[in-house]
Amino acid sequence: MAFTAQKMPWWADGILLPILNLCAAFVVSGLVVLAMGESPIEVLSLLIEGAFGFEEGISYTFYYATNFIFTGLAVSLAFHAGHFNIGGEGQAMIGGLGLTFAVFLVGDFSPVVSVLAAIVGSALFGAAWAYIPAYLQAKRGSHIVITTIMFNFIASALLAYFLVGPLQRPGGQMPESADFPEAASLMGIHELLAGIGINFEEGPMNVSLLIALVCAVGVWFLLWRTRFGYELRVVGQNPEAARFGGISVSKMTIMAMMISGALAGLMGLNELLGDQHRLVGGFTQGYGFVGIAVAFMGRNHPIGIVIASLLFGALYQGGSEIGFEISTITNDVIVMVQGLVILFAGAMPYLFKGMLAKIFALSRRNAVGEGETK
Amino acid sequence: MTKLLKAIAGTMLASLLVTSAVLAADFKPVLLYDIGGKFDKSFNEAARNGAEAFKAKYGIPYRDFEPSSETQYEQALKRFARRKADLIVAVGVGYSVAVRNVARKYPNMRFTVIDAIVDLPNVQSITFKENEGSFLVGMIAAMKSKSDKLGFIGGMDIPLIRRFEAGYRQGAMYVRDNLEFVENYVGTTPTAWNDPIKASEMARSQYARGVDIIFSAAGPSGLGVIQAAKDNGKLAIGVDSNQNHVAPGYVLTSMLKRVDLAVLQAMQEAKDGTWKPGHRVMTLKDGGVDYAMDDHNAGLIDDAMKAKLEAARAKIISGEIIVGDIKGSNAGH
Repeated sequence: MAFTAQKMPWWADGILLPILNLCAAFVVSGLVVLAMGESPIEVLSLLIEGAFGFEEGISYTFYYATNFIFTGLAVSLAFHAGHFNIGGEGQAMIGGLGLTFAVFLVGDFSPVVSVLAAIVGSALFGAAWAYIPAYLQAKRGSHIVITTIMFNFIASALLAYFLVGPLQRPGGQMPESADFPEAASLMGIHELLAGIGINFEEGPMNVSLLIALVCAVGVWFLLWRTRFGYELRVVGQNPEAARFGGISVSKMTIMAMMISGALAGLMGLNELLGDQHRLVGGFTQGYGFVGIAVAFMGRNHPIGIVIASLLFGALYQGGSEIGFEISTITNDVIVMVQGLVILFAGAMPYLFKGMLAKIFALSRRNAVGEGETK
Repeated sequence: MTKLLKAIAGTMLASLLVTSAVLAADFKPVLLYDIGGKFDKSFNEAARNGAEAFKAKYGIPYRDFEPSSETQYEQALKRFARRKADLIVAVGVGYSVAVRNVARKYPNMRFTVIDAIVDLPNVQSITFKENEGSFLVGMIAAMKSKSDKLGFIGGMDIPLIRRFEAGYRQGAMYVRDNLEFVENYVGTTPTAWNDPIKASEMARSQYARGVDIIFSAAGPSGLGVIQAAKDNGKLAIGVDSNQNHVAPGYVLTSMLKRVDLAVLQAMQEAKDGTWKPGHRVMTLKDGGVDYAMDDHNAGLIDDAMKAKLEAARAKIISGEIIVGDIKGSNAGH
């Protein structure tokens, strides 16, 4: 009678547990807010109101969520191959660099070509940046966690070099590029909705959300419906068995990491092509790291990742809305709330699992017991 | 008929609301800080002090926001522009492109941007002659230095900060020319404003090389320089706000950049209806920049030094001394 995961219904593991973790994070943050002399209820309602209360807020929530879908998928794909890709941040930066090169290369030729070039450029550069740590892991045994972390720093330095050097906006002082050509822009969802007669307030949410969802479906298909995905998962679960079965572990490592890097690289579509329309230093803002929490909270399944991304998107948008409304709640408090959610949902996802399993086992025994007395 | 009456009453009410929006009670100013936070004891805090002074004077509250990254500049501007503020004051060179984008989108909204120049009919740009104030603190450093080695630590390596360095050098060399200079920049991205640890390491290494006075133009990072001065028993020169109190006895003076005055003035003008777009430069002459004197550094700067400084001030104002500038330090957008 061990309290194993199999004894719990799927919804308890997949839905109830994350909600419990989330509540725990909110309770702890509520205590901190209380200690600061503000009402936790007010802050929480502002958070929800800010994230979902009005159309523009919803737009921002989905806009942030788009970033997390890309980076979350990136982390989970590598994870299925047994690797911890901490380098999503750096891959996204280099992806953004590739995107910038691509759109300036194409210029004002045609919007479709620009967007396609941007997708190819960001995915290629992101994949290339992931290739090096993957190669070092596969062929030289350098631990991928260490190398991807280090590559984040190199990527950030490289991005800064380009932005204060060759790519810097003429006459500008800040690390940012010149404006992208007019053609290089992704349509906002509000424009798309206006096209079919729905009136939605203007916001940063753009077509890359759809691209992200297509990627989510693509990752699901790749992992669970193709031979390649099967091999990838076998490598992740048991490299020895995979090798015995004739799968090249090093090849799968490199492939998985490159797809992961490409997905992280695509994040630039949303930030740069969808909203900023120029390459801005530090545009990744830690989204690559949050992707790790998103992947864990989403149990490494595309559907879970999309839901977790939405949650984190709401936290980001609602959090900045609190910053706008209550000036005593500074940015640091919001970062702390987000950190607590990551801690409970990402780092200790099974905190309540034992307890929950006990409850289920108990209720089942009761049910069985009642059955016997009848 | 009643519909028509209602419509007329509605428009009258609306126009009443519009006119009352100009009245003090409904005046809604917004202040957006740069990265580093409003309590940085330097640039952002100076801006906050200006808004606080406005609040104290007229009893009109203001809203403020601290962006956590460059990408939030535009989000914050858009958000307040849509919520119909009466004036949005954005402080920091990083806002230039963001203000340009948002001001184009909201042509009826008034923006004041400090440290950047945005050439649009609804934007007021305020910049400072930092080189003139830096000239004076450079003189103080040269008069005070015993080791003949002066240090400079800049935040982000951009022309705007190079301009502090240029003024500082010129001012020091104006006093005497047997000086050596050591300079470092914390970084090349906006995170350089917010890295006191690295700035402190740089200051320690400069002191170890024989420098005895360091001028730091690095926003919040400068607090690390002041800490290093205290730990090493050397001197530092603060920037933007009066930082003499941060470590009394170790802060020789502070190069005041009166961001507070600029913020206060912009808000006052917008309230009184005298706000005008365009570019305004705040100089030594109109008190936009200066060196700080108070109880904390009274023992460090004697009357003979002050006399020399005042003489130089008069010469700068009269145009007898021309303080050099750095190309590109205030490029328009």
